[in-house]
Amino acid sequence: MNVIHSKAFTDAISARGLTKSFGATPVLTGVDLTVPTGSLLALLGPNGSGKTTTVRILTTLLAPDGGTATVAGHDVTRESAQVRRAIGLTSQQATVDPLLTGRENLELFAGLYHLGRRQARRRAEELLQRFDLADAAGRRAGTYSGGMRRRLDLAASMVSAPRILFLDEPTTGLDPRSRAELWSVIRELLGSGTTILLTTQYLEEADQLADRVVVINGGRVVADDSPDALKRQVGAERLVLRPALPGDLPRAGAALPGSHPDAEAGELTLALQGPDHLRHTLDVLHRAGVPLDRVELRAPTMDDVFFELTAAAA
Amino acid sequence: MSAPTAAPATGTTTGPFTAAADLSRLVVRDLRRDLRLLDGLIVNTALPVMIMVLFVYVFGGAITTGSSGLDYVDFVVPAVLLMSGGYGASLTAVTISDDMTGGMIDRFRTLPISGWVVPAGHVVASVVRNLASSAIALGAALVLGFRPDATLAEWALVLALVTGYVLAMSALAAVWGLLVSSSQAAGAFSFVVLFLPYVSDGIVPAQTMPGVLSDFAYNQPLTPIIETMRALLLDLPMGSSGAVAAAWLTGTVVLCVPAAALLFRRRTSSR
Repeated sequence: MNVIHSKAFTDAISARGLTKSFGATPVLTGVDLTVPTGSLLALLGPNGSGKTTTVRILTTLLAPDGGTATVAGHDVTRESAQVRRAIGLTSQQATVDPLLTGRENLELFAGLYHLGRRQARRRAEELLQRFDLADAAGRRAGTYSGGMRRRLDLAASMVSAPRILFLDEPTTGLDPRSRAELWSVIRELLGSGTTILLTTQYLEEADQLADRVVVINGGRVVADDSPDALKRQVGAERLVLRPALPGDLPRAGAALPGSHPDAEAGELTLALQGPDHLRHTLDVLHRAGVPLDRVELRAPTMDDVFFELTAAAA
Repeated sequence: MSAPTAAPATGTTTGPFTAAADLSRLVVRDLRRDLRLLDGLIVNTALPVMIMVLFVYVFGGAITTGSSGLDYVDFVVPAVLLMSGGYGASLTAVTISDDMTGGMIDRFRTLPISGWVVPAGHVVASVVRNLASSAIALGAALVLGFRPDATLAEWALVLALVTGYVLAMSALAAVWGLLVSSSQAAGAFSFVVLFLPYVSDGIVPAQTMPGVLSDFAYNQPLTPIIETMRALLLDLPMGSSGAVAAAWLTGTVVLCVPAAALLFRRRTSSR
């Protein structure tokens, strides 16, 4: 009994064996995930992998065919009202009225959360400040840029000050600057104690924000680990060198034991052991009289993890 | 960015007062939208005037009102009032469909509100908006020479009839909007609503139509509604048309409101 209680307190979101089919098409074939209170979990996967379906089940908008899930300690199917009270959702589609101004949207939702008129106005003002929308508060949401619209969506999800926030592909389609702005907003929310489950197709986004990453493909979890641990799976950084003269390739290869010359690409790849190794390598080639055309340092990215894992699952 | 304030006390009750307050918030949202949609605003203000001018001046000269012996403007006003309000009411199907197919419905569903207030908000806003359209049409009619002869009580009954018609059409449109899966299909409903008055006793006397059409005209709901309005506005005998009109309107509302609520629940259920 104690164990169950403490779990309810430490895990804001917990799902076991979620399955869902649309007609004869299985969309989820057994999804397990756990999000400890106050942390951010990134649900990473390509289009059609089941990310949105998982979010819709966890936010009570869709009933699972099988499996169980609790959010804020409440069962998503049997206690949907309690779950809804604890969560905020920003879905992929715009969930604000384009014909209303930013302020009117937030005041409408605050009213529908049954705040008094004055309280609703104050709450809207607070959120507009917080999400850097104060200057655009009097403009219709339909005129907002992509990044502003997402921030307004996010603000609308925060009207009830939920403890748990679901963000379904919050930065899809945003330019790099808007994405960075939204990331900083998400970090602030996380810093203020909000538990966040975020879906994304961007490996970098999961790497930047998540405490833990669940990789999903074809409706099932193919990896569940910290971003660092996932990166470790693909090993050290790789250094790619291209001699200026293709004929130098064998000589360069001989000078650098452990490197893999690729005659076709005219490149030499080796696993890098650290910054000193990089200096040493360049020194060796300089002494050997091999001029270089290009030096590329390829960090092990989430892409490497992702392609490796999803290829294995396919 | 400031630290988050304490969670506001979100009400959990959905009693009748809360639901009424939610409904009024959604009606205000809808009416605000209406005032900002230029094309919608034109439909609601210019169209009634245009229809009235069209019938009175363009068609009016060529149409005789048959055995009624009425001036054409007097004859056609009830039909134009219904057309003006009815067309806008039929667009409720589109506004509901837009809410259902966009992301808005997800937002509404995660709010602590009763689901039925969402379609109900559109229907109530539609009634307000389209009564205004009918009032504009009436104003145009008075300018064009419509001379009603009605007491205050009769005006009240006319208002009740037009309200009932707009409500019934809005509720029917809501049902249609919830049945179809795109706003294009939802828009098709307005064709039916625009067409119906033509095959009634409202624009040309139904006695001039060939058999099948005049049978349809006499037995469809618009004819008794229009005849009741004529009787009230022009102080003519009403006969049974008042009771028949009331039955049609009450029946439509009584069937459509629960049907809309049921469909809305089905569309938003998590299955």
